[in-house]
Amino acid sequence: MTPGLLERYAQVVGEDVIDQLRQLSRPLAGLKLVHVNSTRVGGGVAEILDKLVPLTAELGIDVSWEVITGGAEFYQCTKSMHNALQGATANIPDRLLEAYEATNVENAERLRGLLEEADVVFIHDPQPAPLLSLCPNRKGKWIWRCHIDASRPFRPVWKYLSRFVAGFDASIFSLAAFAQPLPHPQYLIPPSIDPLSEKNVDLTDDEIQAVRRRFQIDPDRPMVAQISRFDRFKDPVGVIRAYRMAKHYVPGLQLVLAGGGATDDPEGDAVLAEVNAAAQDDPDCHVLLLPPDAHRTINALQRAADLVIQKSTKEGFGLTVTEALWKGKPVIGGDAGGIRLQVLNDHTGYLVSTPEGAALRIRYLLRQPRRIESMGWKAREFVRDNFLLTRQLREYLTLAVALRHGAGERIELG
Amino acid sequence: MPEPFAVKDCAIIAIATGKKAWTCRELLDTLRAIDGDSIYYHFWGGLMQPRFEEREYNNDFAGWAAHSLNDAPLAERMAMVDPTAYADIEALRQELVELVEERMDEAEGLQWARALAPFGFIRSQIVVFDTGRRLDSAGDLAAAVPNFSAGSIFYHFIDARRRSPAHVDDFRYWLAEFGDSCLTGIERLAAIDPYFQTLTELRLQIAEALQEEACT
Repeated sequence: MTPGLLERYAQVVGEDVIDQLRQLSRPLAGLKLVHVNSTRVGGGVAEILDKLVPLTAELGIDVSWEVITGGAEFYQCTKSMHNALQGATANIPDRLLEAYEATNVENAERLRGLLEEADVVFIHDPQPAPLLSLCPNRKGKWIWRCHIDASRPFRPVWKYLSRFVAGFDASIFSLAAFAQPLPHPQYLIPPSIDPLSEKNVDLTDDEIQAVRRRFQIDPDRPMVAQISRFDRFKDPVGVIRAYRMAKHYVPGLQLVLAGGGATDDPEGDAVLAEVNAAAQDDPDCHVLLLPPDAHRTINALQRAADLVIQKSTKEGFGLTVTEALWKGKPVIGGDAGGIRLQVLNDHTGYLVSTPEGAALRIRYLLRQPRRIESMGWKAREFVRDNFLLTRQLREYLTLAVALRHGAGERIELG
Repeated sequence: MPEPFAVKDCAIIAIATGKKAWTCRELLDTLRAIDGDSIYYHFWGGLMQPRFEEREYNNDFAGWAAHSLNDAPLAERMAMVDPTAYADIEALRQELVELVEERMDEAEGLQWARALAPFGFIRSQIVVFDTGRRLDSAGDLAAAVPNFSAGSIFYHFIDARRRSPAHVDDFRYWLAEFGDSCLTGIERLAAIDPYFQTLTELRLQIAEALQEEACT
């Protein structure tokens, strides 16, 4: 008999962790819980929900995942909001804001019955935030889950958005630094990765080798990789600069910049064009636009890399960092957002602020293979203890229990 | 015969208070006013939150003083504050306030020194649930502890110090009901320093303390 999801997780995280989830979910049995976001594929939120939802269901909770959909203007608007929450100046035209609100009205028509009946509703990021005010007869607790580094938002956009967010019963931010003044409790829950997903499961050497061959990556020369969407805040052009500087000292160096698109990111094409222009025709600089379901390919590229880079200048959490650490790869990460929580200098990698800094750490680590090995081991254990899906699910369940039992500091269940 | 040991478990969730301190003065002002829960969290909550390897300091205030404020004397003094040595959270708060005031009197520069990063005050909610498991003897406890969840270890070994009048963990409190027969085990448990280890490491140490002649 094929083991259930919970049994498979127990093999990775330990039986005690799964037992605790079972206990914690008992008082939530029969509850109707709904997650709402704006894309089924692509991006960290969809990846988390893809496993979090079935795992929650296996604990006996009635859970569903709904996706709102909209036209080009809606996504253009929400992308601008995303950038604005991360601090970029974004004067969003009224026309786009109208599309944003109208799209939510349309989706509310479709989802209202389900959402108003739900006991707990998680609304992910700004895209579906207006749904709250469009469900006036809601009976459950509504939680706004912000996955974005909103530590220094562009104020006019935050002011607009906070109108929709303020009415929630609670919000969740990944780090304390991201929290904004709101008239409800702001819970702190870092996201997580799924160790059993196609992107993170162990692969055979043959499969990794096949991916190397497919993209003409020489297995006998060092390779560094950045895996992320083509987004200016991920600084892919800065990574190419770092690679060029490091290549002076490590002539055989290869770089892979690989990313997929997300249906809610209209800027990806423009950034990809900039990256291709920066890469020129360097045969050792591989710019790969991968389909959103290329999870095993991404997995293999991360495992094939000697080091992984995530040189973001803004980052909500940086799940690609977590994925790389789980594969035992030290990470050279931008000193931003949740990367700071994961990349610990001299332990799991190095934080850098410039392409020069990244180049320096690439040079240093590629000359220290033992260091790469020892840091990689620590990195994997660090993720096992702190950033796997089961920890995030435990915190979501705890939050659901807490919201149903009031704001007290201590909740004793029977 | 003592009542059976009721194995409980817990989960903690962190909540941002929105209060931040960039300077010693702001730390002092916020320490005076913040909920006691937040002070508790910054001493103990870290054990249940993501962190890396052993903690250099036993509480977040000391860590901030060292790494963000760059004031070693304040960090060292705050690091030696043992929360279990105070009757309640108000007494602990008062001790912290006095330490900061004392240091500000000593070092005039601290009046305006701005930290590299703010101290963000966090509080927490703890959800406690009964696992339904009951243990009748010290031997049962010794056999069960290696399979306790991290949450159970936190609840019985850390959180108990706040709950019990004598500020001791639940294991010692329960073993004491067996009279003198478990003195060895109680002494071994008392010798464990709970501050600088992960809950997984603590579980291992507790299990070892309860092995071999812990009770006669």
